[in-house]
Amino acid sequence: MALGIEPRTEASAFWRFASPVLAVLATMLAGALLFAFLGRDPVVALRAFFVSPLSSVYGLGELGLKATPLVLIAVGLAFGFRAGVWNIGAEGQLTLGAICGGGVALALSGTHAPLALPLVISAGILGGMLWAAIPAFLRARLEVNEILVSLMLSYVALLLLQALVYGPWKDPEGFNFPQSRMFDPAVILEPLWPGTRLHGGAVFALLLVAAAWILDAVGMAAFRLRTLGLAPRAAAYAGFDRRRIVWGTMLASGGLAGLAGVLEVVGPIGQLVPQISPGYGFTAIIVAFLGRLHPLGILLAALLVALSYIGSENAQIEAGLPQAAAGVFQGMLLLFLLAADFFVRYRVRRIDTPRRAREIRPWTP
Amino acid sequence: MTPITRRMLLAGATAGLTLAAVRRRPRAQARLKAGWVYVGPVGDHGWTFRHDVGRREVEAALGDRIETTYVENVQEGPDAERVIRQLAAGGHGIVFATSFGFMNAVLRVAPQFPQVKFEHATGYKTATNVAVYNARFHEGRTVIGTIAGHVTRSGLIGYVGSFPIPEVVMGINAFTLALRRVRPDARVRVVWVNSWYDPGKEADAAKALIDQGADVLAQHTDSPAAVQVAQERGVFAFGQASDMSRFAPRAHLTAIIDNWGPYYVERCRAVLEGRWQTHSIWWGLREGMVQIGPYNPILPQAVVDEAERVRQGLIEGRIHPFAGPIRDQKGELRLPEGRTLSDEDILKMDWYVEGVQA
Amino acid sequence: MVTAATPLLLAATGELVVERAGVLNLGVEGMMLVGAVAGFTTALATGSHTLALFAAALAGAGLAALFAFLALQLLANQVASGLALTVLGTGLSALAGASRVGIPVERLPRLALPGLSDLPVVGPLLFAHDVLVYGAFAMVPATAWFLGRTRAGMVLRACGENAEAAHALGHPVRRVRWLAVLFGGVMAGLAGAYLSLAYTPMWAEEMTAGRGWIALALVVFAAWRPGRLLLGALLFGGVGILQLHAQGLGLVALPSQILSMLPYLATVMVLVAIATVPGRRRFAAPACLGEPFLPSR
Repeated sequence: MALGIEPRTEASAFWRFASPVLAVLATMLAGALLFAFLGRDPVVALRAFFVSPLSSVYGLGELGLKATPLVLIAVGLAFGFRAGVWNIGAEGQLTLGAICGGGVALALSGTHAPLALPLVISAGILGGMLWAAIPAFLRARLEVNEILVSLMLSYVALLLLQALVYGPWKDPEGFNFPQSRMFDPAVILEPLWPGTRLHGGAVFALLLVAAAWILDAVGMAAFRLRTLGLAPRAAAYAGFDRRRIVWGTMLASGGLAGLAGVLEVVGPIGQLVPQISPGYGFTAIIVAFLGRLHPLGILLAALLVALSYIGSENAQIEAGLPQAAAGVFQGMLLLFLLAADFFVRYRVRRIDTPRRAREIRPWTP
Repeated sequence: MTPITRRMLLAGATAGLTLAAVRRRPRAQARLKAGWVYVGPVGDHGWTFRHDVGRREVEAALGDRIETTYVENVQEGPDAERVIRQLAAGGHGIVFATSFGFMNAVLRVAPQFPQVKFEHATGYKTATNVAVYNARFHEGRTVIGTIAGHVTRSGLIGYVGSFPIPEVVMGINAFTLALRRVRPDARVRVVWVNSWYDPGKEADAAKALIDQGADVLAQHTDSPAAVQVAQERGVFAFGQASDMSRFAPRAHLTAIIDNWGPYYVERCRAVLEGRWQTHSIWWGLREGMVQIGPYNPILPQAVVDEAERVRQGLIEGRIHPFAGPIRDQKGELRLPEGRTLSDEDILKMDWYVEGVQA
Repeated sequence: MVTAATPLLLAATGELVVERAGVLNLGVEGMMLVGAVAGFTTALATGSHTLALFAAALAGAGLAALFAFLALQLLANQVASGLALTVLGTGLSALAGASRVGIPVERLPRLALPGLSDLPVVGPLLFAHDVLVYGAFAMVPATAWFLGRTRAGMVLRACGENAEAAHALGHPVRRVRWLAVLFGGVMAGLAGAYLSLAYTPMWAEEMTAGRGWIALALVVFAAWRPGRLLLGALLFGGVGILQLHAQGLGLVALPSQILSMLPYLATVMVLVAIATVPGRRRFAAPACLGEPFLPSR
C-alpha cells in the first residue's frame, strides 16, 4: 500500500513550468529563514535578489550581459552532453578564445584594417575550437578520457593567459601591471542601447538558441546525437560514426566557448587581463542541466542563474548580507530547482510496476 | 487590563515620536553611506581582510554618521564595473575600490556620478572625483630586510612570491638591498606560487625554499602558511599584512602590517565635511599606513635597535629604500652612489637588483 | 610530496568508491570545505583532534546525504546536483568559519612508527606523519581489497555496472549507493580536515583552492582503479613540488606560469602514454555511472 514512484511516459507539461516556480518559492522561503536567522530583513534581502536587478533598463542590460556567455557555452555543451561527450573544460576554451581574439586585436591595433572586428571574433572562435580539439583528438584516437583532459587544459589555459599578460603582451605604458593595451575602438563591440552594456553578443545568443531549437525539433543531427547518447550500440548499427560525433560536439562547444571569451574581451573588458571569466565555463554546466539540455530551457536557466549572481551582489549592497550567505542562497536555489525537476519526470502513485528511469546516459565509453 | 492598555498606548505613542525623530534626523545631520569593493573574501586573512578591518574602524570612529557597505569576491572586469555602479547609484557618497584591477571600471563609472567620490587603491589614474591611494609597503620590507641580514646564517633567504606585479617586485628589491647592506653576500631566492592565496601551495613553496638552504623566509602572499612552515622547520619568517605571530610564536620575527583605517576615516570625514578633493597619495611608515609589528622577544636587542634605527630613518626621510649604488641582476650599475630612485621609477620597476634569484 | 598527495588521495579514494557504485558526485570541493571548517572549529572548541576528525567526517557525510537525497531519492541530475553542492558547501563553510579567521590551532600530532621512523632518509620521508597520512595510504590497498575481494565490494560494483541486474538479484541498489555516497562524504570531509588541521593548520575561506576538482580528475586518471590512484596523486603532488624546487634553483629559464602548468600537463601526458601502450584495456567507467535508478518494490 506504500506510495511508489513512477516515471512519466511523457514529461509533464504542467510541471515543466510549475516546477521552477515551486523551486523559486521554496528557495525564497528557506532564504527568508536564513536571512532572518542572520539578523537581516528577509523582505529587503529577497527584493535585492529578485526585484532590484530587474527594475531598471541598466539592470536588464546587465542581466543579458551576464547571461550571454552562459547561454553560448551551455548550448554548445548540451550538444556534447546529449551524446555522452563530456567537455567540462569550457572555461579553458573560453580563455583561449579571449587569448586568440585578443592577440589578433592587439596585432591589428593602429592598422585601421577593414573587417577588424569580424577577424578578431573569428580568431576567438578558432581559439576555442583549437583548445577543444586536443581532448577531441585524444578521445577519438586514443580513447583518452575527455573529462580529465579538458579539465586539466582549463588550468593550463588560465596560466597561459597569465604568462602572456605578465610577459610579452603587457602594456608598456601600464606601470608594469599585468594587462594588455586597451584595444582600438574599431574592434570594440558597442552597446546596443546607450546607458547599458548589453552588446551584440546577446542577439547572437538568442539567434543561437532559436537555431538550436529548430535543429532540435526537426534536425537529423539532434536525432543522431540522442541515439548515440541513449544507446551507443544502436547508434553504431545505424551507421553513425562515433569519432565524428566526438569531433563535432567538441568543436562546436569549444567554438561557442571561445566566442563567449572573445565577446567578453571586445565587449565589456576592452583589453586582456589576467582572468577573463568568473567561472562561466563551469557555471554553464549547471545551466545546461537546469535547462534540461534544451535550448529554450538553457536560455531561461541562464537568465535565472545570472539573476542569482547579480542578486547576490545586490543583497550585499542593499541588505548587508555577507557573500557567504548569498552563496548559500544560490546553492539552495540550484538544489531546489534540481529537486523540483522530480515532478516533471516522475509521479507519485500507488503502483508497483518495475520500470527503469529513462534518461540520457552520461559517461558512455 | 486597562493599565496595560494605557501603557501600550503610551509606548506606541512614544515609539511613534521616536520614529518620527529618527526619520527627521538625517536632514538635521548629514549621514554618509560608504561602500567598499573587495577582490577577495573578507575571510582571506590577507589583503581584503585588512581593508575590512579599515572599514570597521570607520564604523567605530564615525558612529551613526556613517553607514558602510561592502561587496566581497568581486571579479576584476565586467562584474566590478556593475558593482561599483550599483554602489554609486544606491546612494553611496564614497566608494573605495580596493584592487588594482578595478581601475578601468572606476574610471568608466566615475563620470556618470559626478557627485560621488571614488577612491581607487594602488592605481595611477585620477579624475576630479577619483582619488588614488597606495601604501609604501616596500618601506616595511627595508626594515625586515635589515633584520633578515642579521639573523641569517646561511645567507640564503627564501621569498614566497604571488605574482610579479610592481608592488611585489619593488618589495623584493627593497628587501634585498636592505639585506645586503647588512650581509653583502646574502642572496634572495624567489619562488612564485602564481596565486595570492593558496595556503597549501604557499606551504609547499616555503618547504622547497627551506630544503634548498634558506633559513629566513619572507612572503608576499596572503596566508600564514609559510610562517607556520617556518615554525615547524625551525627557521625564521616575517608576517604579511597582519601580525601573524599567533601562528608561529617562535619563528615570526615581526610583520609588515597594512593599516588602512586612518586613511579611510579621514576620507569619509572629508566627504562629510565637504572638503574632499582628489589626490594621489602614497603613504608609508611616516603616515602609519604601513606599520611594523611587535618584534619577537627572541631577537637580540642590538638587532631590534638596528631595525628601529632604519624605521626611524625611513620615517624621517634620512634613509631611502632605493639609494644608490644599485646594481641589477647582471651586475650593471642602475643608480650611481648618492642618488635615489624617483617614485615614478619605483612604481615602474620591472627589474631585480643584484642578489635576487627570480 | 607525501603530504601534498594526501588530501588528493583521501578525497579521490572516497569519490572512486562512489563512482564504482554508479553515482557521480561532483561536489567534492564543497564537501572538503565543510569538512575543513567543521574539523577546525571542533579542534578549536574542544582541543580534541579525535573529535575534530569525527566532526569533519560527519560534516562531509552530512553534505553528501543532501546530495544522496537529491540524486538517489529524487533522481535529480547528478552532474548538476554535485556542482550545486559545491556552491552550497563553499557558502556554508565561509559562513560558519567567518568568526574563526586568523586563529591558529594545534597541528595534528605526528605519529612516529617505532623502528621505521629511525631509518635514514626513508624514515623521515615516509614514517614521520600524522594519522591521516597513514590512513590515506592505507585506504588504497584496503579499498582495492574491498572492491576486488569482498562480497560487499562485488555487490557495490554490480550496482555501478548494472543496477538493473543487481536489483533483480535482490541487492539493495539504493541502499548500497547511499552508503557509498556517505563514504565519499566522510573521505572528502577528512581530506578537508587534513588541510585545516595538518597541512596548513588554520581556517581561511576557500582554502581547498581547487583540490576537490583535482581529486575528481584523478579518479578518471586512475581508470576507477585504486592502485592507479596512488600513482596519480603522487604524480600530481610530486610534479607540483618539483616545479617549485626547479623555480628556486633556477634550473629552467621559463616563466613561472609555464612551470606551474607542469602538474596538469604531466597528468595528461602520462594518461596518454598509458593509452598508447598496446594491449591496454579501454578506460572502464562503471557502466551505470551517473544514471538514476528507480527500483521497483
